[in-house]
Amino acid sequence: MLAYALKRSFAAFLILIVVSGLTFSLSHLSADPALTIGGEQASDEDIQAIRELYGFDRPIYIQYLDWAGRAMTGDFGESYHYGERVSTMIAGRIGTTMSLGVLAILFALIISIPLGVVAAMRPNSLIDRFALLIAVFGQALPTFWFALMMIIVLGVWWRWLPISGNDSWAHFVMPTIALGYYATPALMRLTRAGMIEVLGSDYIRTARAKGLSPTVVLFKHALRNAIIPVVALAAVWFGFMLGGSIVIETIFNLKGIGWLSYDALLRSDLPVVQAIVLIFASFYVVLTLAADLLNAWLDPRISVR
Amino acid sequence: MSILEVENLTVDIPVAAGTLHPVRGISFSVEKGETLCIVGESGCGKSLTSLALMGLLPKAAIRRADKLLFRGEEIGDLPERKMAHLRGGAMSMIFQEPMTSLNPAYTIGDQLMEVFRRHVTRDKAVARDRAIYLLEKVGISSAASRLGQYPHQLSGGLRQRVMIAMALMCEPELIIADEPTTALDVTIQAQILHLLAELQDEFDMGLILITHDLGVVARIADKVQVMYAGRTVEEGPAQAVFDSPQHPYTQGLLRCIPIPGKTKRGERLGAVPGIVPNLVGDLSGCMFRNRCPHAAPACATADDSLVTGSDGHANACIRPETERVAEAAA
Amino acid sequence: MAMISTPGKSFDEIAQETLEPSPFAKLRKRIFGNYSFLAGLIIIVAIVAMALLAPLIAPHDPYETDLSSRLMNPFWHEVKTDEEHLLGTDKVGRDYLSRLIYGAQISLLIGFSTMLISGTIGTVLGVAAGYFGGRVDMVVNFIINTRLAMPVFLVAMAAVVAFGASLMVVILVLGLFLWDRFAVVMRSITMQARDLDYVKAARAMGCSTPYIIVREIFPNVIGSLTVVATVEMANAILLEAALSFLGFGVQAPTPSWGLMLNEAREYMFFSPWLLALPGACLFLLVLAINLFGDGLRDVSLEKGR
Repeated sequence: MLAYALKRSFAAFLILIVVSGLTFSLSHLSADPALTIGGEQASDEDIQAIRELYGFDRPIYIQYLDWAGRAMTGDFGESYHYGERVSTMIAGRIGTTMSLGVLAILFALIISIPLGVVAAMRPNSLIDRFALLIAVFGQALPTFWFALMMIIVLGVWWRWLPISGNDSWAHFVMPTIALGYYATPALMRLTRAGMIEVLGSDYIRTARAKGLSPTVVLFKHALRNAIIPVVALAAVWFGFMLGGSIVIETIFNLKGIGWLSYDALLRSDLPVVQAIVLIFASFYVVLTLAADLLNAWLDPRISVR
Repeated sequence: MSILEVENLTVDIPVAAGTLHPVRGISFSVEKGETLCIVGESGCGKSLTSLALMGLLPKAAIRRADKLLFRGEEIGDLPERKMAHLRGGAMSMIFQEPMTSLNPAYTIGDQLMEVFRRHVTRDKAVARDRAIYLLEKVGISSAASRLGQYPHQLSGGLRQRVMIAMALMCEPELIIADEPTTALDVTIQAQILHLLAELQDEFDMGLILITHDLGVVARIADKVQVMYAGRTVEEGPAQAVFDSPQHPYTQGLLRCIPIPGKTKRGERLGAVPGIVPNLVGDLSGCMFRNRCPHAAPACATADDSLVTGSDGHANACIRPETERVAEAAA
Repeated sequence: MAMISTPGKSFDEIAQETLEPSPFAKLRKRIFGNYSFLAGLIIIVAIVAMALLAPLIAPHDPYETDLSSRLMNPFWHEVKTDEEHLLGTDKVGRDYLSRLIYGAQISLLIGFSTMLISGTIGTVLGVAAGYFGGRVDMVVNFIINTRLAMPVFLVAMAAVVAFGASLMVVILVLGLFLWDRFAVVMRSITMQARDLDYVKAARAMGCSTPYIIVREIFPNVIGSLTVVATVEMANAILLEAALSFLGFGVQAPTPSWGLMLNEAREYMFFSPWLLALPGACLFLLVLAINLFGDGLRDVSLEKGR
């Protein structure tokens, strides 16, 4: 168990190094950081001074190592544009993004699991076709377009919901739906496929032969097994939600770290972008580990190697 | 009163090409303490018969019977709720594949106690004691600690023993065992069969054992019912059927296996050539005729009902024994 | 055990066997009986035709501005419509219908090119990993995991900032990012195919490695490959639209549907069709690709078994 944990941690560490290194190189290709800090009005001497002060004249791998070393202690430097400490900026905004992500995945699960179960119980029936239709349509719908159309219809025409900011819970309704629906097709299909397979299995036949009630057979025996891969997939999709937050937060003016990264990119604010990429990558690594652990916990047949 | 009395059981299944008739008028009865073996090759309808008895047929299947009496009461038109009450309680079933018949997500104990708590009492302690008692009865050592184990931690033979224990939890009057030993090693087979016979004696239950293995039949059956293409072709006391098989199909089956003392060294084993016919659509006559060495034109339209001879031994061949023997000799 | 010389088929198999039409007729029925597959195919063909014939069917030049006819309404409105511009005009007076038609070119071009690039990369990586196993597999797995850990959207935006926003850059960047599913699927299939008996036979006969890969494994694999290709193509189209929508994709005045959505945003409350139409086109195209891909999978799955 320990060896396994160490192996995965080491792999995760390597992954984070490569991801952040790649981003670092990209960022430094895109803009001269000294220029960004100095601003357009700065003179050449000022820019040179900035360069020496921040160490931008050092070879790029040295700069990266410097950044990486400090990042490991949680110090992500200061924003080129705002001057604030990056870690503070992120800490203040990450709550919004996390809340949005959690709400979105819950929304997706609340719709996809019951729908998948009912569709599996009556394959090829009307409700099954309806569920598959939703899945196909959901996959094709561009997230940002859906968000904008919702704003027009629900926010402006019907005035049901507020369209910007994050003051009340109502502000989160449309963003949650816009972000969460995209996970629904995959989760619903997996639930449906899993249930169909499980319902045809021998141990369900045994459960019926024992005279257990249909509810017990469906929930205690069937769903319990079919849900295992769904939970793991949901953990991975939660990671995607976090990535997809960029567009949604921008549209709905929710100031989470998604919005922050977009803002930072516009301003070539490299430390912020760098930090947020690292955070997203770390989330992915943690979430896939969580998915594996969830699998092992829910399925007695799997033991963590 | 017989525990189970079945008369003219049929199962029809609509398929793409018409209606399939996998079970076409089967009749039999089982008494307390008696073992009935239903024998036949794959596809003869024996498994569907057992599912039909339990009311576990697929939704599309249509079951009909003139009589379907369990403990003297008609269960053919029983509402599902009442049928579920019988299942696992008074009438239980053991399936063929022990490796996949237990839910991998729950412990053995949970699955054993579940059926008891469903039919007898919700009391966990009582259920637990009963589970331990039966696990020991089926020959599983350290039963108390086994309760916390998961199915994947047990071998095939052990899992089948657990299935048997599970079938016994509520003191059933009838057990239906569908090829319980087919998926197990030969040595384990013998043990499981022995166990079944013992338990049946001890608890005085009726046992229907479904198999394609004549060796199993020889070991354990009181009565034998030979099925072919959805019909019974021969039935009777096990000894009688084995000693003097009357239907050409049974005779063919017995020729396929070497019998110690009877089969001579170097003698060729028999075979029954051909395959099971298509059972879709309107069927008439004896369905064995395309594989029977004694087939005659009359067989195509004959009435293949069982004709009972002396001592309860019946067969469905329309051609008298004497004729066939003469034909064979010629 | 009594050995009976029959193969012991189940009733279902026997019933189906005796009354089935020929394999060719079966295939035809599967293709034409599958309505969603057909619908997808027809829509794709229509959109491709529209893209190819754009110069002939578009009423105007999509780049031609006419500031005197800005923001004209589409034909279903009562005021401010123009016969010349059936679907109205955008903020600088360009004919919307023409821009929508030409937009198909952009989306399809991006979809195909990205799919080709990512398909090549992913296939090479996946087949190498699946066939050679061992160290190669480990390395490829690490690369795949690293790619999956990256917040694609964010890093793609950073790449566009670094290299400049243009169609070429977008295609390259997306192509270099969207190969993961290809790699995973191809790896899994190659691993299965490698162990198949006829491949072992070929190796036993002394066939060289590339020969085996090309002749024996590939035919096995075309089915899954095309399905993944459709999925990734749809993905690429949606991603380009999202990037362009945020301003990190193709640049004005290119008639990309995503960019049109970006430009429509400031007028969305007064002229909602500016937003609705390009989004609907995206939705329709992606839907068609998904239906086609799903149908392809259904058709090829049965054939293969």
